[in-house]
This record gives sequence, C-alpha cells and structure tokens, in this order.
Amino acid sequence: MTTSRRSFSLTLGALAAFASLTSMTPAQAADTIKVGILHSLSGTMAISETVLKDTALMTIAEINAKGGVLGKQLEPVVVDPASNWPLFAEKARQLITQDKVAVVFGCWTSVSRKSVLPVFEELNSLLFYPVQYEGEELSKNVFYTGAAPNQQAIPAVEYLMSKDGGSAKRFVLLGTDYVYPRTTNKILRSFLHSRGVKDEDIMEEYTPFGHSDYQSIIAKIKKFASEGKKTAVVSTINGDSNVPFYKELGNQGIKATDVPVVAFSVGEEELRGVDAKPLVGHLAAWNYFMSIKNPTNAAFIKEWSDYAKSANLASKDKPLTNDPMEATYIGIHMWAQAVEKAKSTDTDKVIAAMAGQTFKAPGGFVSTMDPKNHHLHKPVFIGEIKPDGQFNVVWKTPGPIKAQPWSPYIPEDKGKKDEPEKK
Amino acid sequence: MTPAAPVQLLPESRRGLLLGVRGWSAVIGVLAVIAVLIPLLNLAVPAGNPLHLGDYGVALVAKIMCYAICALAMDLIWGYTGILSLGHGLYFALGGYAMGMYLMRQIGHDGNYRSDLPDFMVFLDWKAMPWTWAGSASFVFQMILVVAVPAVVSGVFGWFAFRSRIKGVYFSIITQALTFAGMLLFFRNETGFGGNNGFTDFKRILGISIAAPSTRMVLFVLTGLTLVAFYLLARAIVNSKYGRVLQAIRDAESRVMFTGYDPLKYKLSIWVLSAVMCGIAGALYVPQVGIINPSEMSPAASIEMAIWAAVGGRGTLVGPIVGAFFVNGAKSWFTQAFPEFWLYFLGALFIAVTLFLPRGIMGIKDRLKKEKGVEVKA
Amino acid sequence: MRRLTLRSAFIALAAVLVMVAAPAWALDAAQARAIAVGDGDARIAALQDAVARADPGLATFAQALLDDSVKTTATGVFIVHDDKAVDAVTGQPARLPDDAEDVSNNNRMRGALQTALSGLRLVSPELATRRAAVDDLTKGDADPALLPVIAKAIARETDAGLKSRLERLKAAAQIAAPDRAQRLQAIQLLSNSGEPTVRALLQSRLAPDAETDLELRAALAHAVTQVDGRLAWGERLGVLFTGISLGSILLLVALGLAITYGLMGVINMAHGELMMIGAYTTWGVQNLFRHFAPGLFDAYILLAVPASFVVSAAVGAILERGVIRFLYGRPLETLLATWGISLVLMQGVRSLFGAQNVEVENPSWMSGGIAVTSNLVLPYNRLAIIAFAALVLLATWALISRTRLGLFVRGVTQNRRMASCTGINTTRIDTLAFALGAGIAGMAGCALSQVGNVGPDLGQSYIVDSFMVVVLGGVGQLAGTVLAALGLGLMNKMLEGIAGAVLAKIFVLIFIVVFIQKRPQGLFALKGRSAES
Repeated sequence: MTTSRRSFSLTLGALAAFASLTSMTPAQAADTIKVGILHSLSGTMAISETVLKDTALMTIAEINAKGGVLGKQLEPVVVDPASNWPLFAEKARQLITQDKVAVVFGCWTSVSRKSVLPVFEELNSLLFYPVQYEGEELSKNVFYTGAAPNQQAIPAVEYLMSKDGGSAKRFVLLGTDYVYPRTTNKILRSFLHSRGVKDEDIMEEYTPFGHSDYQSIIAKIKKFASEGKKTAVVSTINGDSNVPFYKELGNQGIKATDVPVVAFSVGEEELRGVDAKPLVGHLAAWNYFMSIKNPTNAAFIKEWSDYAKSANLASKDKPLTNDPMEATYIGIHMWAQAVEKAKSTDTDKVIAAMAGQTFKAPGGFVSTMDPKNHHLHKPVFIGEIKPDGQFNVVWKTPGPIKAQPWSPYIPEDKGKKDEPEKK
Repeated sequence: MTPAAPVQLLPESRRGLLLGVRGWSAVIGVLAVIAVLIPLLNLAVPAGNPLHLGDYGVALVAKIMCYAICALAMDLIWGYTGILSLGHGLYFALGGYAMGMYLMRQIGHDGNYRSDLPDFMVFLDWKAMPWTWAGSASFVFQMILVVAVPAVVSGVFGWFAFRSRIKGVYFSIITQALTFAGMLLFFRNETGFGGNNGFTDFKRILGISIAAPSTRMVLFVLTGLTLVAFYLLARAIVNSKYGRVLQAIRDAESRVMFTGYDPLKYKLSIWVLSAVMCGIAGALYVPQVGIINPSEMSPAASIEMAIWAAVGGRGTLVGPIVGAFFVNGAKSWFTQAFPEFWLYFLGALFIAVTLFLPRGIMGIKDRLKKEKGVEVKA
Repeated sequence: MRRLTLRSAFIALAAVLVMVAAPAWALDAAQARAIAVGDGDARIAALQDAVARADPGLATFAQALLDDSVKTTATGVFIVHDDKAVDAVTGQPARLPDDAEDVSNNNRMRGALQTALSGLRLVSPELATRRAAVDDLTKGDADPALLPVIAKAIARETDAGLKSRLERLKAAAQIAAPDRAQRLQAIQLLSNSGEPTVRALLQSRLAPDAETDLELRAALAHAVTQVDGRLAWGERLGVLFTGISLGSILLLVALGLAITYGLMGVINMAHGELMMIGAYTTWGVQNLFRHFAPGLFDAYILLAVPASFVVSAAVGAILERGVIRFLYGRPLETLLATWGISLVLMQGVRSLFGAQNVEVENPSWMSGGIAVTSNLVLPYNRLAIIAFAALVLLATWALISRTRLGLFVRGVTQNRRMASCTGINTTRIDTLAFALGAGIAGMAGCALSQVGNVGPDLGQSYIVDSFMVVVLGGVGQLAGTVLAALGLGLMNKMLEGIAGAVLAKIFVLIFIVVFIQKRPQGLFALKGRSAES
C-alpha cells in the first residue's frame, strides 16, 4: 500500500488528535461536585450491578434536593466497565484523572475491586465498596460498606449449628470458583474446626461462573447427606447460577427441613427469576432484608419505588430493595456527611472525617463507620425464603457487629493491624 | 467475485528496498512521534499545560498498540493466508500470563500476606510453589516462555490441524473451542494461575517501580517500537517469495499443492509466527494495563481481533493497525459517552464491514483515490 | 437429642388418639395462641401439650400453620383461606381485623409441625395419608419411643408394602435397643432397605462408641454394604439420566444449527440469540396468561412453544433476507456478520427488557419430580424436555424426509446448481430453511427457559456447545446430530462425576478437537462432498 507524505502527516495528526482527545480536561463547573459511579451496565454482572447505579443516582438526587453538599450540587458521572476487569481499572483512572471526581461508588466482584485498587491507591482517591466480600483487605483509600465474613458467614453457620437452625453437624461448602467463596470457605473451615467439626464432615465444591447444570452436584449433596448426621449446605454460589441451582434443588425434593441451604449471595433480586414455593425455608444471611418492618425501611422502599417509576426502570412494576442497595445508600450519605464535616472533598480530610460517622439505616439500626478499620458496624439478619420470594427474618443480632477484615480464623492474618497499613 | 484483496505485485521502484521513500519517511515520522514527541508531551510538559498528554491517554494508546500487533498478526494469517482464527486471544493471554507470572514474583514480600507465595496461593492454602512456576522469578526465563509457550501450543495445534486439512468454518470453530477450553482451564483456581482474579497489583518490573511515569513511558516506547518492527517484518515477509506462496494458498490451495508446494510448512510457520506476535503483544500489554485474567481468552475477545483486521482492510498490513485504533478508540469513547450504544455500534460495524466494506477503511481510501484518477499503486 | 424425645412424645401421644376426628374445632384458644406465637421452645412445648391433650382440632390447625394461613391479633387466632377468615378456635366465620399479623415459622417449627401431623396420620383411614406419614417418618430420625405407635400401626396395616416399611421403621427404632437379639434382628431387617436415611443410621451405629458388640458390628458393616449396593443402582441410573437430559438439551440447541449449516454452509453465530428470543417469547406468553387467564396458567407452555417457533423463525427469515443472503459463498464473512447481529440482538433485548434476568415460572405440573428409587428423583421439567426433544426430532425428521419442502431442502443441500436447474427456487428454500432452523432454536429457547436463567446472555452459554455438536456430528444427516448430542451429554456427565464440571467440559472440548483431526467431516457426513469446503 502506498504510504506517502500525506499519510505521514495523517498519522501524526491522528495520533496527536487521539492524544489530545483523551487528555481533554473538561472545564469544572464551579458549583458542582462530581462523583463517579463505576458499575457494570452490560455483561455478566449487569444483572446485579445495574440496580446499584440506579440506587446511587436516586440517593444523589435525594441529597441534591436537600441542597447538595457544601452548598454545591452533586453531579454523577456514570461509566460502564462492562464486566471487564481491565476496563474497570481504565474507567477508574478516567474518572479520577479526566473527570476529576471527588469519590467513586462502585464495584461488585472482588476481581473488579482488586483491579481498581492500585489505581485508587496510586492517585489517592476514594472508593466506596457496597458488597459483602471475603475480607482479607484493608486499604486506606476504600470504605467497605458491605459485610465482612464475620458479619455474615460466621453468624449464619452458627445459626445452622444451633437448635433453631437444625443442629447441623455436617456441612457442604458450595461456591462459585473465585476468590470470595474460596476465602470465605477457608475461614469457615477453620471456624468449623474450632467448633469440633472434622474434615470428613465437610465437603467443599466449586462450579464455574455461569454454571447451570446442577444435577450432579445435587446428587453429590444427597449422597453426602446420607452418610451421617444432619447436613446443611453453605452456598456462596454467585448471582446468575443461583436460579438453576434452586430450581434443581426444588425439583429434586430437597426440603429445607431435610437439608437447609443458607446462601450469602441470594437476595430479593436473585429470587426474582425463581418460583420460590419449593424453596420455602431455605435461608439467606444479610445485613438487610426488604421485609424488615420499620419506618426508615418503609420510607426507603417508597423512595425507591417512586424513583423506579419516574426513571422508567425495567423493574418498576415490581421494585425490590436488597442489601447492596442499602449499603450504597448508606455509603453515599455517610460520604456526604463526612464532606460536610471536613468542609472539603480532599481525600485525606474526608477519610479523617469518615471515622465514627453514623447513619440511620433502613435495616432498623444505626450504622456506624468504625473509627479505624474503614468498615461499617452492621447487624446480621438470617431470613428464610417465603413463597412470595421475600424473606422472613428468623434470627438477628441484638445490635450491629464490628467488622473483622483480617479474619482470626486465617493463621496468616496473625499480627495484622485493624487499620490500613502505612505504605 | 473474489472477496479477497488483490494480489500484490512489486513495482520496480520498490524491489530490494522494502518500502519506497514515502514509506520510509512515514515510518520515521511515526517513530519520532512515539519515541520523542509523546514522551516529551507526557513527561516534560507540566500537567496544567494544554499540550500536556495525560497518563490516561498514554496508557490507552499503549494498550491499543498492543492490540494493533495482534491485528497485524491476524492480517498475516487471514488477510494473506486465508486462515481465519477465532482463538488468537489464547496466545495473547498466554504471553500475558508468562509476563504476569514474573511480575507476581516481583511483588516479593509486599503482598497482603507477606509471604514468598503470591496472595492467591495463600488463600488457596498452598504451601509451596507448584512446578509450573519454577523459574518464574527469572526475567530471562519468563521472556523465553513468552515466546515459547504460544509457539509450542500453536505449533502442536497447527501441525495436527493443517495436516488433516481442516479448513474454513470448521477450522475457525475449532480455534474458538480451543480458546474457550483455555479460558475454562485458567478460570479454575486449582490450575494455579489466579483463577478468576488473575494476576494484579503489580509493584515492580526488573526492580524498578512499575507505576513510575518513567517506567510507563519506557514501556510505551518499547511497545511502539515493537509495533513498527513487526510491521516492517510483516512487510518483508509479504513481499518475499514466501509471502507470495501464502497468498497463493489463500487464493487456491489445491492448485498450490499441485504445483509442488507443501502448504503445511507455510501455513504452520505463519501460524506459529502470528501466535508468537500475539504472545509478545500480551507480554507488553500486561505491565501497562496492570492486570491479566482469563477473560482475555474469551471467544468474544478473539472475535474482536478479527474485526479490527476486517475494518481496517485485510491484506494491507497498515489497514489492521488503523482498524485496531479505530475500533478501540470508538470503544473507549462510546463506553464513556453512550455506554448503552457501544454494542449496537460494534455489531453494526461487523455487519456493515462484511456487507459493504469488504476492503475495510483502506478500501475506502483506494476508492477515493480511484475517483481522483490517481493510479492505485500496489 | 431433645428433638428425638419431642418426636417420640408427639408420636406416642398422638397415636393414643385412635380417632382422627373430622375437623371438629375443639382447639382451646390459649392453646392455639401458644402454638402460633412466641419463642420456638415454648411453641414446641405447647404443641406437645396439645398433642398430649388430644385436641381434635389439632390436625387442621397444624396443617393451617404449615400452609402459612394463620393470622393472629392481640385477642384472637384466625385461619384464612382465599380471603375468608375463620376463627381457629370455634371454626366459625369471622371478620379479620386490620391489625392481624402473620404467623412466621422457621424450619425447626415446620419440622415439628410436620412430625406431629404425620404421627396423627399414621393411623388414618386413607392409604395415601398413611403412606405420606410413613414417608415423612422414614426421612427423620428413628427413636425407640416410637415403637408402641409403630407396633399399633403395623397391627392395623392392611397394605403389604406399607406394612414392610413400617416393619423397617420399627427396626430403625430398635437399632439401639438394650436387648442384643432385638438389635441383631433390626440390623438384618434394615439390610433389606434402600433408603439413604437407613444407611446414615447404620453408619452412625458404626461409630466407635455406638455399637460395641463385635459380631453386631460385623453385621452392621455387612448391612451397610448391602444398602450401598442398592443405592449404587440409583446413582448409576442418575448419571445415565443426567447424561440423557443434557444430551436432549444439546440436541435441541444444535438441531437448528445443523440444518442451516448443512444447507447453506452458514455457521450462524447469532444462533444463541435466536434461542434467547424464543425464551423471551415464552416469558411474554407467560405474562399474558398471568394477566388475562390466570386460571389457565399451567397451559401457557402449550401456547409458548408455537409462539417461540414463529417469532424466532420470523427473526431468522428477516436476518436471512436482510443480511445473510448477500454473503453466500463467503462463510467466514457470514460468521463475522452473524456475530455482529448477535451483539445487536443482545443489546436490543437489554434495552427493551433490561439487563436483568426475567422470571419464567414452571407450570405446576412441571415442578417437582418423580422418585424412582429412594435416592433418585427425576425432575418433571427435565423429563418433559427429553420428551419434547424427541418430539421435535421426530417432527423435523418427518418434515425433511416426508414433505415436499424437505425434499427441496435435501436437494439444495446435495447439489444447489442441479436443484436450481430442476426449477426449485433456491433463494426461497434458503429463507425457509433458515427460518426453520431459527424456529427450532426458538423452541430450544423455550425449553431452556424451564431449566435455567432467561436473560440477554442466555445464548452465549450454549453457543460453543451447539457448535461442538454440529462439528462432531457432521452435517447432512440428523442421525449425526442426535448421536453427537447424546454422546457428548453422557460423556460430560460421566466425567463430571470423576473430575468435576470444569475439567469434564475441557476434556470434552479437547476430545472433539482431537477427533476432528482424525475425521474432519464429523461422525456422519454426506458422501460425495468435494474436498473444498
């Protein structure tokens, strides 16, 4: 092909234009504060994350309606990292360096969080992460508003071992094959050992993301349950795969009174696609359920329903709220409060002001941000599935529990401080 | 109506010189931009200045240059030899993983668990490094693997596949199955390559901090130089007798056999070369993007490589590079400005290019030239 | 431990009531309240109490509690059926106060209620009721205090099968009796069982501190082996069934693709999305039924099948006329173009219906399963899909080999030029055949909606599998597709038991890649194809 002087200058011009396009700094309007929203709006995680983007927009609108923060309106900047982990890092960098956002609310899977973490630490920005996770992380630049294992997994297993939970003596640890279930199961295994459960009474199984044929796994569970004492299943199966799992569970006649299944990633939203009648009695552990009755939650649910209708969301006919939505809601409010207290959006000042922030959560308790370890104190609720897909709270902690991001059940965590390391 | 690009004939002026005067001046221009202008604009010009080229831009261009190398590789096998691979992402990822292993070892004791083992091995409860990681601390050894692993995998597969003369659509589907199997394998945590998380949180390369602007710029320049070098190599191949046989295989393989050439040697060698190119691209990609994980092996990623070549113009070498920039630039812009419309655009691009633009962007350029009355020089 | 004594208390005392009264509403108000409201332990104690006092209304009340149809206020307890409230104590219709709260039961409570009911029903006059009660008790723990109850039930039992099950229940209860002879007899009786719970019981007796007599331990081990042998049959049949089930799904998914590829040499990358459209059509039909004909909801699937065929066929026809027709002779470009179409279709569905999954509920006759052996349950939805796949196969075969359209399709597949010379309108056949393949894909989507998720990404999970079946089976003959689908399904499931789901899938893929080297044209291929593809 001919390459001419013309194409030489064309190439130069193209490259230069490209570069300038990408480094364009949009003029910052003096009276808004930009906040970034980093959730997948397409790809495999869109199912779970789209609703968090909408929750964030709703909360920002609520705050703006009350006058904004520091007298300025909040301006959301929404990007779509499309369930693609490298794209998460790229979009995070874009939000911070290009759009100059003061804070980012985002991520769901631990992969996405781990891939953006270096960006936030390098550029000293802030991320609020609203999803329950496996712990084993404590970054100065992240505030974790979702549950750590001791605020979800361990109380759930304790409940299963209790009289009310069925006095389970054997456990199936079933999860999707990635870091969250692997680490959680490692913690749980150690915890079970500490309660006298032996390795032969623990079965650990993993399926890949998107797995949909659970016939063999359920046959294995049945066989395992037939080999001894009362068995319970602890499921860390992720999102999508839960529907075929529960369908197969129901069809094969595994009743909750025989082998109860407690899940950590199944909430109201995930049950939307499932006929819940055969699943009555199976459990989930969260820090929030839509069925909790109190005025704050009623207001929260109403606000969401109204927003869904006015924004014409796909879920407007049957609006559901769930734990990560509540955590997003709390996180944004707490950040706004911290900015007001620090009188600035500067990262380090806001981090200092976040310590000890409180907020009246829809879950019914006052959530507190721990002064040191960047995690929320959260109450734990155990709920049983009802025929209509909602949860019936059968047990709860008397009050919020402090998070232990470095689990005492992992020996390598010995000596870890309960606050971010000075790097 | 032959859908392939016209056979390239060498005009007198170019024989022996690879590119004409204009060609070489273009190459030097590009080199100047990559090695001089952009480092200047990024490092020397201060941040507030409108001429400053931000880190974001540098990283994006670097990433796209890695993709451009893959597009070039695709052009060699598809545009010139007629083999459509829907699984070259596998080799890209393998090269990336080899580099990633080295970078993970470079984290040393700075991981979360302060251990010799990478973090993901600690949370899997492994006590020692598996055999697949032997030698991963050595830069030289891993660089050899960057080339060797894609070469071996592609060589074995290619030898069996071309020997049994699987062709056309069947072949493409098989390559897709292979990369899909690779993806499943690497998603398994037990395989020992970080599972779904992959490798991330890199700290150093060759002892130097990986996040430092100077390191970034060095990697950027290296990537650009590699791209140019591969382009020149590809041009040399295509203009040689070997390249002519490749094009003959694309156009009429049976006839090539009847005239006494053994297509197996040619196809296998270009196949392995393209795989190695993708592997090297992957190895350059990983330290700049900061993460490698099995989704790079997904069939969708590999199919996108094919579209870069198609959009730019198959059988032109420059075309796929342009195509890679065009498509990925559009992707970056769309996912920022109109996230919901990116996939419509990409899908429409696939359809439009195959229906209306079989010669891609370079084809448009040719048509414009023709209309101007300029003779289309080969 | 406490649960055992509770159960025994229920059963023993419940059996004292020979009469299973007609719903006489003689339940005491305070009693009803104590069972419905309060702390778990207290409620169970109250339940036990009620059983002891042989309240005639207990059975109805317990069933109502299990059905979640009991509501309480500060003063009263009500049973609610179809918006009509009845006072739980008197049985008289009553107005439901606005502040009535639902009674919530957890698993433990539900288990206790079920046990109480089963105990009451063990001596019921109806066979089905007794059988259900025995089923329930078999699944639970055995306890020596149950013996008098079971003995009484055995004495009154007329059905032979049920009687032997009751004998085994008795044996299970006697497994830890102080009398050695009784224990030995129990073990021997139990070795005839094929129940997983019996195995668990025998296994637990083999624990170091449970059964100490050496001879009995040997008998126990022997019994365990025998029960295992019976259970093993269930497992083997299970693997076979799961393989056939997966194979039937693969067949449905790949059939349409095989037809279009065989005819036109077009590998349609949008095939998965045509399935997805069929699944969404099913969802749409389901919603229509929910809205306009809720009484007929269980029949929605009968309309959904032809609807998904028609919609997907229409989309397929549009694709063929609009895009694919212009790409004939260029299979690689068709691959890319159809991939682009798949992206557009996926994003279109996302824009229209949201990125989330949509809920498709199985009709009630498809929920649950049939218990073939004690440890093998064949789910109805999978059985239905196997039957459906067979029907679709039959219909397709009949269409291809018995109709004029099929004749033309075969003709064009074998030799397009010649067929055109004989006057067949090949472009029309192309469109029709592509539409047929797309329609079958739509029906496959309808089937998939009953077993898995329905979302925009539905097609992506099956696309590689369908290609593999087509590649392996070869084109031109349906037999190839059938054999390949069943074979891959069985192979996958057999390997899954050994190596886990992921490795099984990888092995299957590598197997296909290797197999294709040996036999590039697949299992069954039309003879006389030219060497050039």
